[in-house]
Amino acid sequence: MTGNLYRILKYAAVVLWSVFVVTPFLWALTTSFKTINGVTGGATYIPWLQYKPSLDGWHNLFGGSSGIDIVHPYINSIIVTASASLISIVLGTLAAYGLSRFDYRVGIVKNGDLVFFFISQRIMPPVVLAIPFFLMLQWLHLLDTRLGLVLVYIVLLLPIAVWIMVDFFNNIPRQINEMAMLDGCTPLGAFVRVILPNSLPGIIVAGMFCLVFGWNDFFFAFTLTFTNVQLLPTAIVSLNSSVTPWWSLSAAALISVAPLVLVAFLVERFLSRGTLAGAIR
Amino acid sequence: MNRTLGLGAYKQIFLLPGLLVLLAIVLFPLLFTVRVSLSGWDAISPGLNWIGIKNYQDLVGDQRFWQALARLSFMAVTTVLVQYVLGFGLALLVWREIRFRRFFRVLFLIPMMTTPVIMSVIWRTIFHESLGPANDVLHWIGLGPYPWLTSSGWAMASIMIVEVWEWTPFMFLFMLAGLVSLPREPFLAAAIDGAGPVRTFFNVTFPLLAPVSIGAIIIRLIEASKIMETVYALTSGGPGTATETSAYYIYIRGLRDFDIGYASALSITYLVIMIVLLTLIVKCLVRLFIGRSV
Repeated sequence: MTGNLYRILKYAAVVLWSVFVVTPFLWALTTSFKTINGVTGGATYIPWLQYKPSLDGWHNLFGGSSGIDIVHPYINSIIVTASASLISIVLGTLAAYGLSRFDYRVGIVKNGDLVFFFISQRIMPPVVLAIPFFLMLQWLHLLDTRLGLVLVYIVLLLPIAVWIMVDFFNNIPRQINEMAMLDGCTPLGAFVRVILPNSLPGIIVAGMFCLVFGWNDFFFAFTLTFTNVQLLPTAIVSLNSSVTPWWSLSAAALISVAPLVLVAFLVERFLSRGTLAGAIR
Repeated sequence: MNRTLGLGAYKQIFLLPGLLVLLAIVLFPLLFTVRVSLSGWDAISPGLNWIGIKNYQDLVGDQRFWQALARLSFMAVTTVLVQYVLGFGLALLVWREIRFRRFFRVLFLIPMMTTPVIMSVIWRTIFHESLGPANDVLHWIGLGPYPWLTSSGWAMASIMIVEVWEWTPFMFLFMLAGLVSLPREPFLAAAIDGAGPVRTFFNVTFPLLAPVSIGAIIIRLIEASKIMETVYALTSGGPGTATETSAYYIYIRGLRDFDIGYASALSITYLVIMIVLLTLIVKCLVRLFIGRSV
């Protein structure tokens, strides 16, 4: 009896949380097919029954009547996020490998301190850096450019890459290096030919986190660009004015978070195979 | 000799590029901020003059700054605790025998992948007083309407609900990854001793996951100390200044009003206070979790 009750409670809890999780997505989905009449009459949920569905919200995103442009921000977001993630992964993997295999010493600074320095950058609130970044990019004539944003995003993403990869490399036995070196590999050769192929899962996990955090940044994109280079979050928030076209807003929100839902699937696959445990701890 | 020299060079090839890039992008701006904080740079007279520590003297009496800091601390600690309890609970629920396990795992992860500021904008339409579904659904069961975004208490609650929605998955991910990697033997031993689920949890699962718990809570506290995007998208700090967090207030003073000098002083103060507080919290957490389990 208690076993049954326990099971009912368990499923009830899981279903309850699931409802909470999907609420904003379902609400955005139904809102995206509304017109002004469907919104101003109060909350409605079911198309045809409660409101007359229309594709205007989606049309507008691709230069419809009210002409909200989502294509350019989308391309910008992809370019900036992908470049910054790629650079962070390359630099981060190299640094993490060095820190896990060699002993560094500069005065009193040792390996542990260096790792901490990388990771501690996550403590830095964006707003603290925003003002100097603004002045610095202005000075370099990189304000409102993709290159400027890529530079800034490296600060956000490099610590994530180093953090995940240091742990990952620490879990790869050192003997592998020694064997490769005995076979005549240089340290760089051992890294490229032996270590890298074995660390693909770690690199993928680190890459996914970089992509997610880069794609999701709003603050730097918002403060360091104006009109030339708009990223997705800035473009969508700019729709969030007093007379908000809720239907276009919802449609835009849905297609900008859609690629990230795929990441959730990937992360779950790694999680269930147990690869992530090593990368996270 | 030749070999050690070679190794030394290789060492630098690995570490230096990343380190130099980070130093260049972070350290220079930070030092520059310290210098700017000692200047009277504002919209009317931009430039690096020298006014000493006047900005710091001013901020001591700045009620709005200290209130924002207190509010931020309250929000961060409360939401992270709620996220930890919920995330751990959910991880335990989908850890073992449950139908559609992988489906629920994916579903529970999704919010942390989505863009916080975009989802906050959607939540803002949900919390809309007359047109949003929150009050509508509560009305069916005879509650409300509630001023979700227009009274200070409710606005705080709205922000915290969105924070919990967005970041409970992070705790869930960490705790589930921890659970998946646990060895089986301690659980077998507990079962042989006849321990029930509650005793097994407090004597086996919880202590074994203490390191993961500490790590997850610390990371979330660090991220939560920067809360501002949800505030910006949901309430813009309002009503009045009732939901301003430190980061949001600094943003208003620095990048909207262009009191660059004063905002830099606020930034440095905020950063130092956060580092001190977080270090203290880390020490307490380690004692709390490890101390009890050993």
